[in-house]
Amino acid sequence: MADAVLFEFLHTEMVAELWAQGPDPGPGGRKMNLSVLEGMGFRVGQALGERLPQETLAFREELDVLRFLCRDLWVAVFQKQMDGQRTHHQGTYVLQDSSFPLLVPMASGLQYLEEAPKFLAFTCGLLRGTLSTLGIESSVTASTAALPTCKFQVVIQQP
Amino acid sequence: MAVCVAVIAKENYPLYIRSTPTENELKFHYMVHTSLDVVDEKVSAMGKALVDQRELYLGLLYPTEDYKVYGYVTNSKVKFVMVVDSSNTALRDNEIRSMFRKLHNSYTDVMCNPFYNPGDRIQSSGNLGISLSCRAFDTMVTSMMIQVC
Repeated sequence: MADAVLFEFLHTEMVAELWAQGPDPGPGGRKMNLSVLEGMGFRVGQALGERLPQETLAFREELDVLRFLCRDLWVAVFQKQMDGQRTHHQGTYVLQDSSFPLLVPMASGLQYLEEAPKFLAFTCGLLRGTLSTLGIESSVTASTAALPTCKFQVVIQQP
Repeated sequence: MAVCVAVIAKENYPLYIRSTPTENELKFHYMVHTSLDVVDEKVSAMGKALVDQRELYLGLLYPTEDYKVYGYVTNSKVKFVMVVDSSNTALRDNEIRSMFRKLHNSYTDVMCNPFYNPGDRIQSSGNLGISLSCRAFDTMVTSMMIQVC
């Protein structure tokens, strides 16, 4: 059971390391750090999107892929399934996790709300990367109302 | 056993293509190119048919007088095409399936290699330092082709 914690520690160090370079780099630098994290998540997501569905049958539609994200991907990375998945309108999905494992050790409630985006950037990239390998171009953003609940909004680019 | 093995990206350009009798390579390139249409046909038929069997292995794509062409699509829409000699009647369906499974495993390993950029050709280039999983992919394909007599 120590496996889950290994990734959490690594992730915390990744965020800490990227922010240690410039203690408060200002809005421009901050954006770059977030996109570096997102880029890392993207590449990992691409590889996972190839390896995880290896034994499963072919996905027939978008909803299948989203279901795969909420179940298999989340279980593989965070050892739990995602709690909710909602479709808002054509091509927008909101995936909700009421106790996101990377946020759970931080706080419960409104404390550290401004720090939360740093810890969600990697996961946004992860989702985007997996979707991209499975053939869906999208943009993923995350938002927290109160730790450790968070919502990932996936907007699928229509060709 | 296999005379030609090709890996084709989802945008339909080749990531890796190799054939054993190295003269007449162009003929195999054309064959793989035409088989892409058959693959697309099968994939769209699978989508509409509402059959529960949404397998990754596509089976025999089309037979010619000298060769048989088999196909396999991954969930990431990467296609593997294998051309075998028609005279080799000893090759059974599950052998072909296991060859495709090995290909899929090796391809996934290449994908997970941090030095590989998804979308690049699969080759181990000399100056950038030999990437292990690309070389492993190469060796695996060689082992599949080596029994051609």
